[in-house]
Amino acid sequence: MDLRFLVQLGIIGLTFFMLINASAVLVLAERKIMGFMQQRYGPYLVGPHGTLQPFADILKLLFKEELRPKGSDKWLFNLAPLLSVVAAFAAFSTVPWGAETTFFGLLDEPVALGVADLNVGVLVIFAITSMGVYGIVLAGWASNSKYSLLGGLRASAQMISYELSYATALAAVILLAGSLSLRDVVDAQQGTWLGFIPHWYVFLQPIGFLIYVIAGVAETNRAPFDFPEAEQELVAGYNTEYSSVRFALFPQAEYINMATMSAVATDLYLGGWHGPFLPPEYGWIWFLAKVGVLLFTYIWVRWTVPRYRYDQLMSFGWKWLFPASVVNLLVTAALVLYFNA
Amino acid sequence: MDGWLGVIIMIGLGVGFASVMIGASLLLGPKNPTPEKLAPYECGMPAVGDARERQSVKFYLVAMIFLLFDIEVAFLYPWAVAFRDLGWTGFVQIISFFLILSVGYIYVWRKGVLDWGSGTRRVRPAAPRQAA
Repeated sequence: MDLRFLVQLGIIGLTFFMLINASAVLVLAERKIMGFMQQRYGPYLVGPHGTLQPFADILKLLFKEELRPKGSDKWLFNLAPLLSVVAAFAAFSTVPWGAETTFFGLLDEPVALGVADLNVGVLVIFAITSMGVYGIVLAGWASNSKYSLLGGLRASAQMISYELSYATALAAVILLAGSLSLRDVVDAQQGTWLGFIPHWYVFLQPIGFLIYVIAGVAETNRAPFDFPEAEQELVAGYNTEYSSVRFALFPQAEYINMATMSAVATDLYLGGWHGPFLPPEYGWIWFLAKVGVLLFTYIWVRWTVPRYRYDQLMSFGWKWLFPASVVNLLVTAALVLYFNA
Repeated sequence: MDGWLGVIIMIGLGVGFASVMIGASLLLGPKNPTPEKLAPYECGMPAVGDARERQSVKFYLVAMIFLLFDIEVAFLYPWAVAFRDLGWTGFVQIISFFLILSVGYIYVWRKGVLDWGSGTRRVRPAAPRQAA
């Protein structure tokens, strides 16, 4: 075992640890931001300003009874939360979050900050995030509860409908960068136009970015597209019958998916770790800042926009978003050819 | 990390984390199930029938058209990577590909598969019945 391999293992461990932390911080952030948007404080009692609330929550849930309703499928009922959370963790593995670094001369060859560097990174992210829907559908089906089943069915229909626009919007970025590796896409966004506009794809793909963000919110089942768990209609949707830690794993998967979605958006549209003022070794600070802004927007949208109706959701996805993403892709292709020739 | 090892390690860590959490709560949590607790939730009333009944055919239709269009998206990615080498030839090819696809898309739209609510579905009016 050489030093380089150990450092890479350390980076993987750090990424994993930060993802667990991200879900805890996001729970707190969501409740705090919700509180301030509704002119109240949010959680306040556990720790200074309520910062230890997520730990209190998970400890409480650890000591609760695990219930499995009669008539439910034992194996699938247990498998579903596991599958969602594993898919959420694994989806982050091809997302790079920093430039190559030697850790200030510690290593001879630089290592890349990120779990895995694959030349088909974008496809791997698609494949693994699509696995996440199995967790939700299985949870809905295995529970043998009407609310759960409806939530699971809605989730699957919604996620596959928005997957199309999501994937087509990303194809336009792949087209600009000419590579499926996220690291190559980020490095293609180095530099500036006219000296001050950063060379980010969001300026070349404003419509694509908008489609990506809308479809991303729908893919992660967040408000205003949170139909799988629309609490006024379906109690809690697919996780109605879950209790204790098995229940906690679903929101955790959702929050990690939000972080992944924001990180991919940062890598593909917002220039990743490239930014002014900071040397490349500290680029991960830019990356974290951009992801933070996107995550705040996620939460902001949730507490601002009311939920759609289900038929509006489906017709919006199929009749507006999908054609718009196809037109965006074709126009981008034509413009690239026109200006390159 | 180069290659797939990182992805596999990440999956392993995820499985380990979830199993440890579920295992810990199984050990730590109390266990005194009652018939009421084990009944599926139905607004506090005794549950009626089984949940796994027939579902709206809409969900199956959406799944089917998704499969068709997702294969199209899968075709887009290699094209997008090789786009600069293919040039205008590739562009014309992808335009014709989308034209063929849009025939199916318009057909599906006209048939009302994309309309979810029952109120907006395009229903052909029944032929007036002949007075006997």
